[in-house]
Amino acid sequence: MSLLSVQDLKVRFRTADGELRAVDRVSFDLAEGESIGIVGESGCGKTTLAKAIFRILPPNSLVPEGRILFRGIDLLQLPSPAMRQARWRDLSLITQSAMTALDPVYRVGTQIVEVIRAHEDCSRKAAWERAGKLFNAVGLDTNRLRNYPHQFSGGMRQRAVIAMALALDPPLVIADEPTTALDVIMQDQVFEEIARLQQAGQKALILITHDISLVAENCDRVAVMYAGRIVELASVREIFSRPIHPYTIGLQNAFPDLKGKTGGLISIPGAPPDLTAPHPGCRFAPRCPFAQERCASEDPPLSGVGPNHQVACHFPEKAAEFRDAGGQDKIWERHGTDETARLT
Amino acid sequence: MTALILQVRGLKKYFPLRGRRLSEILSPGTSPVVRAVEDVSFELAEGEVLGIVGESGCGKTTTGLTTLKLYPPSAGEIRFLGKDIAPYRGNQLRNFRRQAQLIFQDPYQSLNPRFTVFDTIREPLVIHGLAKGKELVDRVLETLDIVRLRPPEIFLDRYPHELSGGQRQRVAIARAMVVRPRFIVADEPVSMLDVSVRAGILELLRRFSREAGLSLLYISHDISTVRYLCDRTAIMYLGRIIETGPTETLIKNPCHPYTKALLSAVPLSDPDANRPRTRLKGDVPSPVQRPEGCVFHPRCPEVFAPCGEQIPGFHASTDGQEVACHLYREEAGDA
Repeated sequence: MSLLSVQDLKVRFRTADGELRAVDRVSFDLAEGESIGIVGESGCGKTTLAKAIFRILPPNSLVPEGRILFRGIDLLQLPSPAMRQARWRDLSLITQSAMTALDPVYRVGTQIVEVIRAHEDCSRKAAWERAGKLFNAVGLDTNRLRNYPHQFSGGMRQRAVIAMALALDPPLVIADEPTTALDVIMQDQVFEEIARLQQAGQKALILITHDISLVAENCDRVAVMYAGRIVELASVREIFSRPIHPYTIGLQNAFPDLKGKTGGLISIPGAPPDLTAPHPGCRFAPRCPFAQERCASEDPPLSGVGPNHQVACHFPEKAAEFRDAGGQDKIWERHGTDETARLT
Repeated sequence: MTALILQVRGLKKYFPLRGRRLSEILSPGTSPVVRAVEDVSFELAEGEVLGIVGESGCGKTTTGLTTLKLYPPSAGEIRFLGKDIAPYRGNQLRNFRRQAQLIFQDPYQSLNPRFTVFDTIREPLVIHGLAKGKELVDRVLETLDIVRLRPPEIFLDRYPHELSGGQRQRVAIARAMVVRPRFIVADEPVSMLDVSVRAGILELLRRFSREAGLSLLYISHDISTVRYLCDRTAIMYLGRIIETGPTETLIKNPCHPYTKALLSAVPLSDPDANRPRTRLKGDVPSPVQRPEGCVFHPRCPEVFAPCGEQIPGFHASTDGQEVACHLYREEAGDA
């Protein structure tokens, strides 16, 4: 049995413009100790997915369908008190901005102790000792436990949040853009820490990021999300050596890297679709240079194309062709003539 | 020989930590200051793109804004087209403002939400009295076309909220380009944008420099984007440029221990790459209490005797790379 199994999950938001389909029919499994990266651009639903799993969606949301099975128990059906117990103990969340994740008026140590004591019968003294050990584990000085968040640098704050996420040794950690606010050297150190703790503790990790190279280095598998859907799901090695979905191919060609060619990056013209206006067909079709008639009318399901490789595209057999052609910027331009306005 | 557009020599910019206090008046020079930029020098030729890379707080944005005379420098000289800009006032200053433009990081905040695209791009033309009537409309349309917002007509009456992030940044670029500047400071122009549209903005800026001879100061924390745009790159740390050189050379063969650490921290989009990590001690020190000697020495893995005492000068190598590090002192002496 997998540790986490997300099945046909849908998340909608009620907005002034109508119902917004933020996450649409998302399914994936995660084994114990496994790490999966969820990549996509802003608005693709990756953070909503994390919030749905942690059950902290805002009040204007609803989950009309789907199951989130954690060791066989559907988190969506769990009564609130049970869910509150599950948070931090069974699964924890490292949020994007450690700046706001910590309460500014309490000492950092107090906040970690609170997490421990809310879940376990543990004396105050023992809890402080445990908090000290956690601080050591993430490379922070135990003297800093008595500090307030504003006395920490951004990197230290992020480490404190990681310490809190690991306080109860949960088997699953969700990290939502954990280093976006950090400089690259600090990011590297934080990830070294996450990788070490994940491997040492046999923890499963869901890493949500827009940075495909972070996923390349830190995850076993990748789910590429676009407009609320998973469009490709495969092992990291598969995604980087044999991407199939034109969006994945485009994303890789658009991504700056320190290695490889400098022959210019290729952008994907256009913008993601409006998620309040449901339309038939593949959601990437309006931006896809390889789209056929069928793509505009028929929505491709996520289906297996090989061992550990699933893709939602009507033409997986043409992937080699897509990869070759996708390396030329002309082919993308032809389709979108740069920033040509979408019809309003 | 291409013309030099910008020469910056010994630029310093200090900010007082608090407002003017009594102690400052009684005994000047004792109040704490943030030394944001400390002795920065560089040159920029026509059509050249220079990248300034560093972590947050290293002084890269202050450098950019000071070269545009948006901050008065605390010391040093900035020459634009050979002339010192310090005394510029009135018409001279306005003329300089026309020729030296700025693109901001966040196109969600840098555009007036109550201005249509036309209003935004029209304004600089009106301020500088460059066009009116039909000519003005034509200039705006032409500029929209240049930044590839096509067809231009349909964008004229749009408001920023009707545009995507990439489109907004193109409008911000059009606003800078419409007055036909010689020099642009682009401060993190793609860091707020999604990966799939970044490439288009970088490509646009590159084309302006290649085809129109625009000189560009590209400020970024992300060394991997610099590679696609910049001819030369300068690495800043705590207010100082510590290494500079042709971008590819610098990336392939970093000399300064900080540049090495910075490059080794960038994740690679290759699952099989085995990236060696250089681990640095601690955090960047405060620019209020800067370390003596080399600013990097408290964190440097290769620190030795002179680093804590002497500020290293620049040592040039044959391929145009210059590094401010004591490790290279003897080498330079031999050459």
